[in-house]
Amino acid sequence: MTITVTVNGTKYVRDVEPRTLLAYFLRESLGLTGTHIGCDSSSCGVCVVVIDGDRAVKSCTMFAVQADGREIMTVEGLAAGAALHPLQQAFWDQHGLQCGYCTPGMLMTSYALLGKNPDPSEAEIREGLSGNLCRCTGYQNIVKAVQQAAATIGAEAAALAEPVAS
Amino acid sequence: MFPAAFDYHRAGSVDEAVALLKQYGGDARILAGGQSLIPAMRYRLARPAVLIDINPVADLGYIREGDGVLVLGALARDAALERVPGLHDRHPLIAEVSAVVADPVVRQMGTVVGSLCHNDPAGDWAVAALASRAQVVVRGAAGTRVVAIDDFLVDSFTTAVADGEMALEARFPAPSGRTAGCYQKIERKVGDFATASAAVWASLAADGTFAEVGIAVGAAGPTAKRITAAEALLRGKKPTRDLLRAAADEAAKAADPSADGRGSVAYKKAMAGVLVGRALDGTCKRLGIEAL
Repeated sequence: MTITVTVNGTKYVRDVEPRTLLAYFLRESLGLTGTHIGCDSSSCGVCVVVIDGDRAVKSCTMFAVQADGREIMTVEGLAAGAALHPLQQAFWDQHGLQCGYCTPGMLMTSYALLGKNPDPSEAEIREGLSGNLCRCTGYQNIVKAVQQAAATIGAEAAALAEPVAS
Repeated sequence: MFPAAFDYHRAGSVDEAVALLKQYGGDARILAGGQSLIPAMRYRLARPAVLIDINPVADLGYIREGDGVLVLGALARDAALERVPGLHDRHPLIAEVSAVVADPVVRQMGTVVGSLCHNDPAGDWAVAALASRAQVVVRGAAGTRVVAIDDFLVDSFTTAVADGEMALEARFPAPSGRTAGCYQKIERKVGDFATASAAVWASLAADGTFAEVGIAVGAAGPTAKRITAAEALLRGKKPTRDLLRAAADEAAKAADPSADGRGSVAYKKAMAGVLVGRALDGTCKRLGIEAL
């Protein structure tokens, strides 16, 4: 059946089999291979994408036909051209990855988390990321990265809100 | 791991879903959150020929409180429950379960009613529903019927929802006066199936005795299991340490788990008792009473 989805701001019209999972649609039909496939059974979280701006979902456990008419954000949608998103910069600065396989899912889950809770505690970050597995880092630097990103985004928002001196 | 091919239909309303169910009967399954159904289809444990997607039904995600019940529509997501302000004060058992089902990302999609319909022996919601004596509203072409949770949970992955029917909503009695509950779960890691779980729901009479008591355990048999003997021990009595211990022992005795990587039969039976004990303690604490 034919579906229309907006991914990272670009509208795509594609014909899909109903049994095509969203993760495979993104990777194989759209060529967006930043979304990874790991456990393939909703356990590991490497396939997380953000739907309609605020909901993190595991794209291996959703059919592409369910995304018809929706907006999807993948890891490719985070950076603005050459400028990294504060989350990406923070993962770089804090060394929040080793092999990098879990990173797209970590970034997208963190993106949705900070959207709902801009100033999370360490416990809230750990709870929020508890559906995403990392076998390399021990999570310590991932948590630090999310804390840095929250601070950066918070400071940027505060600077924008500050009245201009006359 | 791809699901077997199926025909996909979207229902724009409950009436449309019921009409499609009538047309396809036992070949069709309802797709709500999909967080259990889709993995089951990928492992080919489920091979429905037809999926009826109810996600487009606009007003099915309702969470309504009042008239002595908490009513959850078929599309009420676990994550939506987590966001209801003050739910932990009014429905501590429900709020507690909604925070430990699967993992936070799965909870964005997963639904309470879908979990009840999936009826996994280690699922969380069936345990809480049994303890709090919930009801499930089932709709078919012939009309609507209300099914008590004890009758709803038929066997592993089997419910009272017949071919051509769908579960429309779950109704949890609201605590009135001195009523409280508590959920306890052991899992190896977030997102794993429960090694053992227990739910308690109880109300106090004016004289300080237990009026109503619901006690259930999970991962301890083909479906969530009501511990009738433990309920009978407590009903009409004032809580004492000895009585609560005896009730927990009844749970350990009645639990009928299977050995797997999460533990032996003996370990899981012992944990069923431990968790019922903790859930009873938690319930008493919330009722503001101290067992002597």
